[in-house]
Amino acid sequence: MTRRAPPPAPPRRRLTVVDWLLFALVAAALGYVVWRVNAVLVYNWEWHRVLRFVVRVDAETGQWVANLLLQGLFTTIRLAFWGTILAAIIGLIMGYWRTCNSLALRIISRTYVELIRNIPPLIFIFIFYFFIASQVFPALGLNNINTSSPWVDNAFFRFAFGDPRLFSNFLSGLICLALFEAAYITEIVRAGIQSVKKGQWEAGRAIGLSRFNLLRDIIFPQAIRKILPPLAGQFITLIKDSAIISLISVQELTFLATEVAASTTKVFETWILVGAMYFALCYFFAFVFARLEVRAGRSTNR
Amino acid sequence: MTETSERPLVEISGLCKWYGEFSALYDINMNVARGEKVVICGPSGSGKSTLIRCINQLEEHQQGTLLVDGKEVRPGMKGIEQIRRDVGMVFQSFNLFPHMTVLDNLVLGPVRNLGMSRTKARELAMGYLEKVRIAEQAGKYPPQLSGGQQQRVAIARALCMQPKIMLFDEPTSALDPEMIAGVLDVMEALARDGMTMIVVTHEMGFARRVADRVVFMDEGEIVEVATPEEFFTAPKTDRAAQFLSQLLAH
Repeated sequence: MTRRAPPPAPPRRRLTVVDWLLFALVAAALGYVVWRVNAVLVYNWEWHRVLRFVVRVDAETGQWVANLLLQGLFTTIRLAFWGTILAAIIGLIMGYWRTCNSLALRIISRTYVELIRNIPPLIFIFIFYFFIASQVFPALGLNNINTSSPWVDNAFFRFAFGDPRLFSNFLSGLICLALFEAAYITEIVRAGIQSVKKGQWEAGRAIGLSRFNLLRDIIFPQAIRKILPPLAGQFITLIKDSAIISLISVQELTFLATEVAASTTKVFETWILVGAMYFALCYFFAFVFARLEVRAGRSTNR
Repeated sequence: MTETSERPLVEISGLCKWYGEFSALYDINMNVARGEKVVICGPSGSGKSTLIRCINQLEEHQQGTLLVDGKEVRPGMKGIEQIRRDVGMVFQSFNLFPHMTVLDNLVLGPVRNLGMSRTKARELAMGYLEKVRIAEQAGKYPPQLSGGQQQRVAIARALCMQPKIMLFDEPTSALDPEMIAGVLDVMEALARDGMTMIVVTHEMGFARRVADRVVFMDEGEIVEVATPEEFFTAPKTDRAAQFLSQLLAH
């Protein structure tokens, strides 16, 4: 043997008999469910009746257009997109306030977090919707926006916010969702800021940085890198939690799926399809965030 | 004009600080003239670091007056950033910004605080990196450097703000023995250039070569002030003598 010889190959990880047995058990359990549905429940699968609600042929133009379920998915994506941005902004500000020296700011942010974390989301949404959205929005004139104004009646607005006629409804759902998720993001941001070593604050102060520059150049960039994994998890939770908004009649995926399930009576097909849509959406974002983490990790692990 | 330039750069009188009930600094009176090099030594917990951290208000004092370049430094004051820009500080644990390259660590201060253009700040920064003999590492990230290299970068970063005085808080205590000489060399070169320096250190060789005065502290008070020659050969107080014998014992 010489020093130059290549190292021995690592042992290959292979599936053992026990692993296969485990797979078989899981498959058997799934098979049992399918058998129950088919043989015992005597369920009549009619996928085409539900799939019609994904896309349909427009009678006038003869073109394929999005039907209820796909429209709902788009609304959910819009909610997820704007909700993520809004929740990130609120969470960043509140999370920073949680770490401030000012007692007033700490009290405000702490109260906000505790209030939302200790009320069931459903209750919060009802309170918010019935007391705030029905009072504040009319006062701001958001309840009856002029749908024919050029600010609203254009391609970008439709793409970004959906049907202008449903905008106030969409907006109340969006704010609700963002306020709710931002409470959790607040705590993640606070933990991130507190994880930056004291010496970093001191070094920044010692060279005479203003508080704003200190946060922007030193603290936040380091905090964000550390909190990226829990933050990604919270954004995916936001997408899933957006289903609750259906209860205040925001016409997103779950709301429209309820209507489709009721009108077709095809409950299994509808919810399995909708579940698959949510899965695809969340899994896609999980994949994107995992990529971002790898990139952020590269610059710190050098 | 002559009046201001003859005035001490740092004037401390009657300075007191408490941590809760614990008296960390008590009745500190000390002036540091322009161009003077002061070494502060003393046992751990004697308040050396706390004292120099009061000068740029990383710690707030509760009593007494503190003037830097004739301007009073008060706890919680507005515009403390202005004073900090004139006071460079080097920490025991370097505290470089790990998410920025070495060059960006240096450029940040002048760009953000002095409104310098990025190109000009880079030139300035490269000049100081050459001075601390580390210019070839400009594009690396701090965690890639050795402790000694990091500390020299930290010195260059403080110098980039073109401060009037440099504070060193045990700059070699966290370093491996073979790294210490490089950092001390840089500090000695800085001293020869006429920089005003206050150095908290136990490096007695450095103190002998560089210091104009040695300040010995114990239990939050200044116990003895002497020239290095006097202090190391014939300390006046028992406490200083005891400290020196412990330092030389090993």
